[in-house]
Amino acid sequence: MAALATILEKTDPMLPQPYVVRQVGKETPDTFGLTLEPEDGASGTAFRPGQFSMLWVFGVGELPISISGDPSDSGRLVYTVRSVGKATNALVSREVGDGIGVRGPYGTGWPVEEARGRDVIIVAGGIGLAPLRPVIYEVLNNRKDYGRLVLLYGARSPRDVLYRKELAAWARHRETQVLTTVDYGGLSWKGHVGVVTTLFKYARLQPARSVAMLCGPEIMMRFVTRELEVHGLSRDNIYVSMERNMKCAVGFCGHCQYGPHFICKDGPVFPYERIRPLLEKYEL
Amino acid sequence: MPVSSTGAACIEVERVKENAPKVLDASRLASLIEALRRRGYEVIGPTVRDGAIVFDHIESAEELPAGWTDEQAPGHYRLKRRQDQAVFGYAVGPQSWKKYLHPADVRLWSAERQKGTFRILNNETRPKRPLAFLGVRACDLAAIAVQDRVLTGDRYRDPVYSSWRDGAFLVAVQCTQAAETCFCASMGTGPRAQQGFDLALTELVDNSGHRFLLQAGSDRGVELLAELETLPATEETLRQEEAAVETAARQQVRSIDTTGIKDLLYENFEHPRWDHVAARCLTCANCTMVCPTCFCTTVEDISDVTGDHAERWRRWDSCFTMSFSYIHGGSVRATAKARYRQWMTHKLASWIDQFGSSGCVGCGRCITWCPVGIDITEEARAIRETGSHGNT
Repeated sequence: MAALATILEKTDPMLPQPYVVRQVGKETPDTFGLTLEPEDGASGTAFRPGQFSMLWVFGVGELPISISGDPSDSGRLVYTVRSVGKATNALVSREVGDGIGVRGPYGTGWPVEEARGRDVIIVAGGIGLAPLRPVIYEVLNNRKDYGRLVLLYGARSPRDVLYRKELAAWARHRETQVLTTVDYGGLSWKGHVGVVTTLFKYARLQPARSVAMLCGPEIMMRFVTRELEVHGLSRDNIYVSMERNMKCAVGFCGHCQYGPHFICKDGPVFPYERIRPLLEKYEL
Repeated sequence: MPVSSTGAACIEVERVKENAPKVLDASRLASLIEALRRRGYEVIGPTVRDGAIVFDHIESAEELPAGWTDEQAPGHYRLKRRQDQAVFGYAVGPQSWKKYLHPADVRLWSAERQKGTFRILNNETRPKRPLAFLGVRACDLAAIAVQDRVLTGDRYRDPVYSSWRDGAFLVAVQCTQAAETCFCASMGTGPRAQQGFDLALTELVDNSGHRFLLQAGSDRGVELLAELETLPATEETLRQEEAAVETAARQQVRSIDTTGIKDLLYENFEHPRWDHVAARCLTCANCTMVCPTCFCTTVEDISDVTGDHAERWRRWDSCFTMSFSYIHGGSVRATAKARYRQWMTHKLASWIDQFGSSGCVGCGRCITWCPVGIDITEEARAIRETGSHGNT
């Protein structure tokens, strides 16, 4: 009977697994890094770059958060959480040693295998950089397997720029270009100001041998895909990550429907060609 | 067990003989309920309550809605007395079997705080006894098949749905009359239940008396049928039954032309009819609550005053609410137009891409229970008549 109960638990996709907070750190005024490890000390969960987890705070609620850590470090799960509401606020207010329920990982990942041997262009807006960071780790951990890495990143203002130290460190890798822009610069900002598409004129792209991966506000992705096409990237080589309301993450709750797709199980990462007509539909 | 081909043929002949249609006198209907109860099933069937035919726990044939029928129209439902004592002489009530298979409120689990962390208790409700559904209409049988595909057909199985669905015994009742809101014939789901039941019965009330024609649809059904005191069905009875079910098809005044409907709705994402319907739609979500295939849910986390005990509840949700599509910054579908369009396009079009069949079974409940009488068949027709076809 106990054995049966264990099997049932293992197959119940609704049950969170107990994890413990190992680290919480402030990234920006409203965004936090969160590191979790399994409570029982067992080896953690393997994930593919681009996948997400459902994170549950006792008595508060559960929400989908992209995994932003290094996929080669399977012992722990790292997230970057922007505190925008009750549940995200509760999540980032946890202290080291607190328990967090984790379900997942869920969803499709970025095409890191298919991208081997090619250039990788990453375009991110705001918190959209979080689900793309595992791709950057993957490329830099296996530098020989990939061509050039070009990261175009747009944040609202200088104080909203995520992973500042890492951005600088990534830029020092060979065959790697990191370009950052902000919407509003302020007096002390010496960098580029403008939306992320304005970075394209500084990017050294080889479109014919590139794969592009995009995550950010939908309006950003619409303009970036247009820009990539103008630069000669074929639609087949563009991938985007989508966001919708999500309750179950396994295709039962219906919330994340995007036309015929369920973002939770058919996405969140989609080949651009598959959802291109939908991106232009308002209130879909 | 290896069986020679002749052996298999013999078994087949035996099975066909066993499975020949039988006639049960109306006075013996109680024996069907008793047989189900004896086998350990909790019997759920139709009964009259609050001016409607609803599903509830049934202990005897007395509780069935004998002599009642329903009068349905857009935004209209009334119970009426029948001339006879037919127990299944109505079309469909406000509830479908998802009330039991996919409950409106279910506790998924509870948790206790323990030394800074917590322990999850997997204590979602599981049935004490398997359920037997008495009176499953063809449309509702099709709806159960749809929800099977949605909740158990992909990578994950919904443990709650599966726990109620696995082992459930389905007694279908063939329709012999249609409500004004029925359109199953055009959706290809009825009025005759063809498969997916354990036992199907057709109620006949005429000069030859009040009786049921019984047909087994599974081995369990064959076994149960063998326990009942029945007579073999005569050719005459079979003809009468055939005619009675045909009547239910012929009476239907509503229909949806499903030819190329997926592309039709995809191509008419922008169409003035959506504004037209949005001006009438109250976004009350009634249609989604009564729909036998609508499966959307939300979750609610609750805790007690000590803060040491927490529970997660899953509740029916509806794409007609603002919160349904909320992401930081606002709701994706802020207008009534977008929400009605999502519901209807999902039901009739994207459902086909997602689950290989229409999400609409033609039961007509959304028409009857819409407080302003919005009619999905009329909306689909309006788009077909005035929309673009194959232009993209």
